[in-house]
Formats: sequence, structure tokens, C-alpha cells
Amino acid sequence: MSVTSPTSNIVTRPPASAPAQACDAPPAHDRLAPSPGCETTAPSVATHRCRVLAHHAVNARYRYLRLQADAPVAVTTHPGQFYQLKCPVTGSEAPFLLRPMSVYGTGPEPDTIEFLYNVTGVGTRALATLAEGATLDIVGPLGNTFTLDTRWKRVMVVARGVGLATMAPLVQRAAAAGLRLTVVMSARSEADLMRDEFLRSPQARALADVHCVFDSDGSSAVDALAPRLRALLDATPHDAVYTCGSHRLLMLLQRVLESHPHVVGEVAMEQRMACGMGVCLSCVRLFDCNGDKQFLRVCREGPVFPIRDVVGEVDFG
Amino acid sequence: MADLSVRIGALTLRNPVMPASGCFAVEYAEALDLRRLGALVVKSVSPNARAGNPTPRVAETASGMLNSIGIPSKGLDVYRRDVLPAYTRFDTPVVVSVSADTAESFAQACETLSLPEVAAIEANISCPNLEADGMAFAMLPESTYKAVSAIRRRTSHPLWVKLTPNAGQIAQIARAAEDAGADAIVMGNTVLGMAIDVRTRKPKLGNVMGGLSGPAIKPLAVRLVHQCHRAVRIPIIGCGGIETADDALEFMLAGASAVQVGTASFRDPAVMGHIVDGLAAYCNVHAIDRISTLTGAVALDAQLTDRWLRFAQQSG
Repeated sequence: MSVTSPTSNIVTRPPASAPAQACDAPPAHDRLAPSPGCETTAPSVATHRCRVLAHHAVNARYRYLRLQADAPVAVTTHPGQFYQLKCPVTGSEAPFLLRPMSVYGTGPEPDTIEFLYNVTGVGTRALATLAEGATLDIVGPLGNTFTLDTRWKRVMVVARGVGLATMAPLVQRAAAAGLRLTVVMSARSEADLMRDEFLRSPQARALADVHCVFDSDGSSAVDALAPRLRALLDATPHDAVYTCGSHRLLMLLQRVLESHPHVVGEVAMEQRMACGMGVCLSCVRLFDCNGDKQFLRVCREGPVFPIRDVVGEVDFG
Repeated sequence: MADLSVRIGALTLRNPVMPASGCFAVEYAEALDLRRLGALVVKSVSPNARAGNPTPRVAETASGMLNSIGIPSKGLDVYRRDVLPAYTRFDTPVVVSVSADTAESFAQACETLSLPEVAAIEANISCPNLEADGMAFAMLPESTYKAVSAIRRRTSHPLWVKLTPNAGQIAQIARAAEDAGADAIVMGNTVLGMAIDVRTRKPKLGNVMGGLSGPAIKPLAVRLVHQCHRAVRIPIIGCGGIETADDALEFMLAGASAVQVGTASFRDPAVMGHIVDGLAAYCNVHAIDRISTLTGAVALDAQLTDRWLRFAQQSG
């Protein structure tokens, strides 16, 4: 599923017709050509009826879901993008809104798509009851993608919790392009760590220098992790640092990246949302766009944003 | 093929289905052909710039959702320059929704937006009136009349007035809007609600209270549409929990000439297209030539109706 512009090695894709983009996102000429004016464009976001091909627990916290869609979603879905899942209504759970969920993987067949999720609330509890062979509607693909230049040499990925699922496709793409990876994985304990699920391919495992930190031994604490991340970035040149899923890690990386101004930093953000398409304005977060504080929609201008632009503490006055 | 067109005052729509303000943006063009809709209603604009409410701005409820977005706005100039052009290229009438916090500011904003590319103005008088300690204009007949007549004096554009289901005495409020010169009534809006997370003991919305929408409010909205239909001669645009063609038909039978679809689009971005298809199919199956003949066509027993009217008058 490598999609590379003939004129550029930047593999990223803007939303089909969004005028806005994250404030420090690469300039338009570095991105793949946007589709023509939307009044003539065929629908690019659709509800896909899917069949559950596989669905099982990965460990005590996470579940794996593999779907077969009614369209070649693996071809049109890019790392960092997400879908809205119409979780089933069960005897005890009645989710009303769709649930945004980042894509864990696509392919090898053009119509298969994978999700990795944590059972936390009404929607995911209902989702967890889906049997293999059942149907599930998903809406997408939605959102923007990570920036990745295949000419780069080494990137760092800092993952915690379910953020791992969001970055797994990015890791696969980086590995396929032969980039070296510094992988920092943070988890509550060894049992929660999903090293194999994150690296997935032999290629990624061969290219990755993996560092695991845990809450159980204190190594994941900000005070312990900060010097370790600094040492890793000082020891080897990195072209980009990516993260997702932990506000604490995001803020830590923002501080660490201050002394590495040439390293690209990107985060896939999370926020409670309703429409997933940029309409309802419920999922906004605050960003510093060249000194101008702006609310941007996580579903539309994101979910991937420059780490440096994120405003940590929001004061609504 | 049945004639799905409907008239809202001087305006003819190709069919009665349009989005509800706040639940629509041009991004839906990615999922739906906007030339299939009766009208495009843009998210409310307010004259004063504001950031909107704190997050979380949305919470799920039984058969519905609560929201407290807070009408983020960058003002009228930015709206005309950067927002409107995206909506006026679909060969579908564009309705601007206006929100303001004084009658004068409302009138001024509606005058500014009485533009050739705008087919109608929807005055969202469900928003807080600063001259009445933040109580919405549409909570009382008097403030409804004041706001609508102030706007009417400043624009000759088709004027739709969006009422709130939070008000009692809805018939009197609808009549006040009609008397003040409204061309149509939009009934209604979200119902004020609140939800609390029992684990954290915190309100589920950053702004504590918010508007309830979705199928949970549909029976309430159908009742309000019917009460308005009995009270006024101007067309009513029904709104509240519509997800299917049957829901839309229910509002038309209760007295609506057209309908607005809100929250349902969040669950299926292509839903308005399905509703249009469903209306055409219903007309074919039931041999209805013109869908507009369904407006107010609910089958009522005359004696029961009289009794109901007495009850309704007593209870306001």
C-alpha cells in the first residue's frame, strides 16, 4: 500500500477538500495533489458494510479485529487515518454515536482492514461481542496522515497504550522504505506490552532498536524517561519523532524536541467526537500556529499534528 | 415519479429535505451529492467573534446526544468571504443561520447577510438574549415578537425563525413570530439537558448543560410542530430526531412543509440522500402525486380534536 507521489517522497495525503491544515504542516507542494473541487467529486467518504473475519483478545486489555469491507479500503487508507465504527447495540449496551478508531493495519487483500482496541466503555464493550462472520458498518477513511519521507535515515516512535495501534501502519511503511527505527514502548507492565503486535513484520523487527519502559519499575516516569530520550536523540541523528496516546509523553517530547529544532515531530491526537468529518466542531483542541492560538478539529485538520504546535493547558477564560 | 417539491413562502425547494444548522458543513459533499437536497443550511454565524465552549463538547445519551459547542464564530466579514462561497456553488438554495445576543444586533446581522447569493435567512432566536439576562428570545411571545419585528424591518429576504422546544406556550410564540413578519417557522432546536459521569462525579459536558438531540426528542418535536401548525398559517419546517423517510413523513403529517436533519448525519453522513430516496419511494407506493399534500394530513377524529384543543389551551 505504498503511495508515493511521482514528484516527492513525502507520503502524506491532505483531506479531499479541506481548506485548512495543521498550521505547521508541510506546504501544499510537498503533499500529494488534492482532489478537484468537491462539487464534482464522487463521494470519498462512505459507509462500508464489513464482515468480521477475525476477532479475538490479544491480552487482558486489547482486542484485535479484522474486517472484510465492500470496497478496496486498504488502497485508500493511509497511516494515521481513522474510521468511525457503528458499534452494535447489545442487550446491555446501546451506543448511539459512532466510535472513532484508528486503523491498525490494512491488506494484504485490498478489502481487508484491521483494528486494535482497548475495551473501555459502552461502544467498545458492545463491539467486543461481535462474532466472526457478523457485519459491522464503518465510515471512512477519515483524517490526515503522518508525514514520512522515504529518503530519511532514522525515525523515533514513542508509543504507549492504544496509541500503538495508530502508529503500527507508520512503522510498517517506514520499515518497508528501509528506515531505521528507534522504538520506545511504554506500558503499565510487561504483560501489557505488545512488542510483536507493534513491529509486526520481520523487516520492522530487524530495523528497530527497541527500548521498553514500565510503570511497574518506574522506568516510564517522565523524570526517568526524559534523560533516556535525550540520550537516544543525542547519540544518533533522527529525522522525525512520532507519538500518540499519552498527553504526558506528548508534553515530554515537546520539551525534548526544543533542543533538536531540525527533527520533525508529529503526534496523532485523540478527542471525543461526534461526526468525525469536521462538521460538528466537538473535537477541537488548541494549537499555537506561529504565535496565533487556534482551535483546530482533531478529526479534520488532524488527527496528526506537529508536536511543537500543541498547547498543553487550555484556558477557556 | 412523484413531485417532491415544496414551497416555503416565496421559495420553492426541489424536495423537503435539508440539513439542520450546526449539523451541516460543506465537508459532507465528500459523502453526499449536495445537489440532491432541498436547501443547504449553514452553521449559525454570530456578529461577534467567539471561540466556543470548553471540551468535552459532546456526550452520548439514550437514543441521542448532548452538545455544548457554543457557536464558534469569526464574525460576519470572515463568514461572507471565507465560509459562504463554499456553499453557493451547488445549485441548491443556501440558507444562512444567524445568532445574536440583542434584537438590534440580530437585525443588523440579518441586514448584512441579505445577500443575493443567500436564499433565506434563518434567525436562530433560541440563543441567549443579553437584554433578558441570557434567556432565549424564543422563550416568550414578547421577546420573540421584538426580535423578529426588528429583523423584519431590516430585510426583505425570506425570513425563517427557529424556535426552541424549551419554551411553553409554543402556539403563542409561533403566532408572535408570524405576526412580526416571519415567512416560516423552524420547529425546533435541541432540548436543554445535562448528564453526569457517576464515576468522576463531573458533568459530561465541559459547559455543564447542553442541547439534547436525536431520536430521543422526536415525539416532543412532532408535538410542537403540530401545535404550531394549528396556530399559524405560515409554513413550518420540522426538526428533531429525524433519521428516516418515515420520520420525515411523520413531521409532514403533523404539519411540517419541510424537514431538517441534524444528528442523524453524524451517524451516517449520507443519510439525507437516503431520506430523499425514501420519500420518493413512499409517494410511489401510496400513489401520492405531490408530497406537499401530506402537510398537516394527520388523520384526526374531529370530536377528539376539539377535546384535545381545550386541553391544549388549558395546559398552554
